[in-house]
Amino acid sequence: MTASTAQTTMSDGTKGLVVRGLTTTFDTTRGLAIAAADVDFDVAPGEVVGLVGESGSGKSVTLRSIMRLIREPGKVSGRVEWGGRDLVAMPAEELRKVRGGEIAMIFQEPMTALNPVLPIGVQIEENLKAHTGLTGSQRRARALELMNIVGIPAAERRLDEYPHQFSGGMRQRAMIAIALACSPKLLLADEPTTALDVTIQDQILKLLLDLRDRLAMSVVLVTHDLGVVAATCDRMAVMYAGRIVETGTVAEVFARPHHPYTRGLLGSVPRSGHSRTMLQSIDGTPPSLTALPQGCAFHPRCSFATEICRTDRPPLDLIGAGRRVACHHHEEVAAAEPIL
Amino acid sequence: MNTHRPILSVDGVSKRFSGPYSLLRRLKGEPPLAVHALSNVTLDVERGETLGIVGESGCGKSTLARCMVRLHEADDGAVRFDGTDISNLHGSARRAFNRRVQMIFQDPYGSLNPRMTVQQIIGEALSVHKMRPKADIPARIAELLDLVRLPADAAARYPHEFSGGQRQRIGIARALAVEPEVIVADELVSALDVSVQAQVVNLLLQLQEKLHLTVVFVAHDLRLVRHISHRVVVMYLGQIMEISPADALFSAPRHPYSKALLEAAPELDPGQKNRNVALRGELPSPLNVPPGCPFAGRCPHVFDRCTVERPLLSPRGPGQLAACHLTDFGAAEAAATLPAQPGH
Repeated sequence: MTASTAQTTMSDGTKGLVVRGLTTTFDTTRGLAIAAADVDFDVAPGEVVGLVGESGSGKSVTLRSIMRLIREPGKVSGRVEWGGRDLVAMPAEELRKVRGGEIAMIFQEPMTALNPVLPIGVQIEENLKAHTGLTGSQRRARALELMNIVGIPAAERRLDEYPHQFSGGMRQRAMIAIALACSPKLLLADEPTTALDVTIQDQILKLLLDLRDRLAMSVVLVTHDLGVVAATCDRMAVMYAGRIVETGTVAEVFARPHHPYTRGLLGSVPRSGHSRTMLQSIDGTPPSLTALPQGCAFHPRCSFATEICRTDRPPLDLIGAGRRVACHHHEEVAAAEPIL
Repeated sequence: MNTHRPILSVDGVSKRFSGPYSLLRRLKGEPPLAVHALSNVTLDVERGETLGIVGESGCGKSTLARCMVRLHEADDGAVRFDGTDISNLHGSARRAFNRRVQMIFQDPYGSLNPRMTVQQIIGEALSVHKMRPKADIPARIAELLDLVRLPADAAARYPHEFSGGQRQRIGIARALAVEPEVIVADELVSALDVSVQAQVVNLLLQLQEKLHLTVVFVAHDLRLVRHISHRVVVMYLGQIMEISPADALFSAPRHPYSKALLEAAPELDPGQKNRNVALRGELPSPLNVPPGCPFAGRCPHVFDRCTVERPLLSPRGPGQLAACHLTDFGAAEAAATLPAQPGH
């Protein structure tokens, strides 16, 4: 599972997601915004991969680009290989079968993602209607089963209720039920717990992990919360200004970050035993996507930056099995004293 | 209680917001629905400390913060500042209170007037409270901008020209302009990115030291509250579950809800993956608060007394109070952590 980045070919027929050179641009009035640039990553079957970054880092855009949910004036290029096919080049007709069938997606705001004027049951059945040949009563039975799987109590009655009658946590469960309707092999989760309270977040994350085990599906989890990554993901990719700057297993990246941005992010989160001390914050703010700095996009905020960082953008180099980093000084960063 | 007087004391405060009053309820002669945002909340804020208030959405933490600065009037009970009930303050005494207790809001986009420059925003606070003679105001503004580490040319710009973190700094500068003694910060950094959050938290810690401020820090992020608070209040459904020194709360919580809240918060340690759900169920509706302990419906340790009798806050360890019928809940852990240093 860990060596999947090194093993980039899909020729042996293993199912999984392979993203290569995914670039998404938006032509705005302020110029061309490169929201995601040259994004490469893999998701092995049954693996949970976390995409981490701050607002505007391109993590959600990457996820939406995989499903081709980017609207005009956005443009997507690159390759997204899924089961030997390229989702970026796939005709719309065929893509519709993949979406919601083999690959499902859940969103941050269940209230806006669900249709407010249809009962939850109808919305689950909609998906089954589109992707399976089940009859009406079979669909109803499957919807009921799904409601039980995601842990919605009194499922029979709640199938006929509307989204506004559900609490935030229950809405997110309902959305997961819709996503799971056709037993997808890959679940794309865009900040699924950001709008929820911490105890409900905990329930939803544990539910996702249980479902991953039960259905042997892969999960790509987009989040800004490193705690969520630590608690749920196997591997992670850190994004900054539209690019992946570091990837690896969660344990490796947390133990020894090789990119100064990852290091800064880890230092920004308060930990136990260090109350009322200064946090290792990162100075400055993320750059505008229409006016990225020359060279490494992180150099104006970086304490390790030298002349080369201002002129040459570092490539995402392989530094170990499944471990990549885009920094000219990554050895120095890794050798710097631990954040704790 | 003691010989010294807390700077701000909340004494048995309750706050209700009336909900919808349907025709059916009217015809049945039932009272209108009311959200019990706060019921009988009592706590003290000591001079110079940071008091953290945590809880999930709807627990009443923001309502409590607003009652403390009199943006809401309490329905029952009293908030006392330096010994005087703030609801009795009028005219210049009220203005003086407003100056000495300042609030900073969550939304850095909504709490600054978009049509005023930073200079006007901060200058307004200075002139309303007559902090400085008119001629000295520009110099004072420059000084404040420097204090919150904004560039000097920020004064002539409008709020939309700044990032979220910078806007929150403007909010802090405005609050500090009137030289307050107490800052009530409601979810000060929750709208900000992690790296920017850390900058603002650092700034707050430095300013507190420099200006000897008392801070009431309301937040839902336990890690953050643990980091900056001396004492922490845990709230659930409008009631206080536990008040405790920060270290004691995080090493040995004495209330089942505090414990569940801590377990649910993901730690920054991939080695500590835990697949057990910390707390089942959801918050009950604040329109319909159960008669006994508000947490009884979700508590793994519930027994028959919990559903009929509301537990009162009672002392546990030094400075630690909890509202639970199980008075020895967490006592073993507390005893274990006392002699040994918390090594992890």
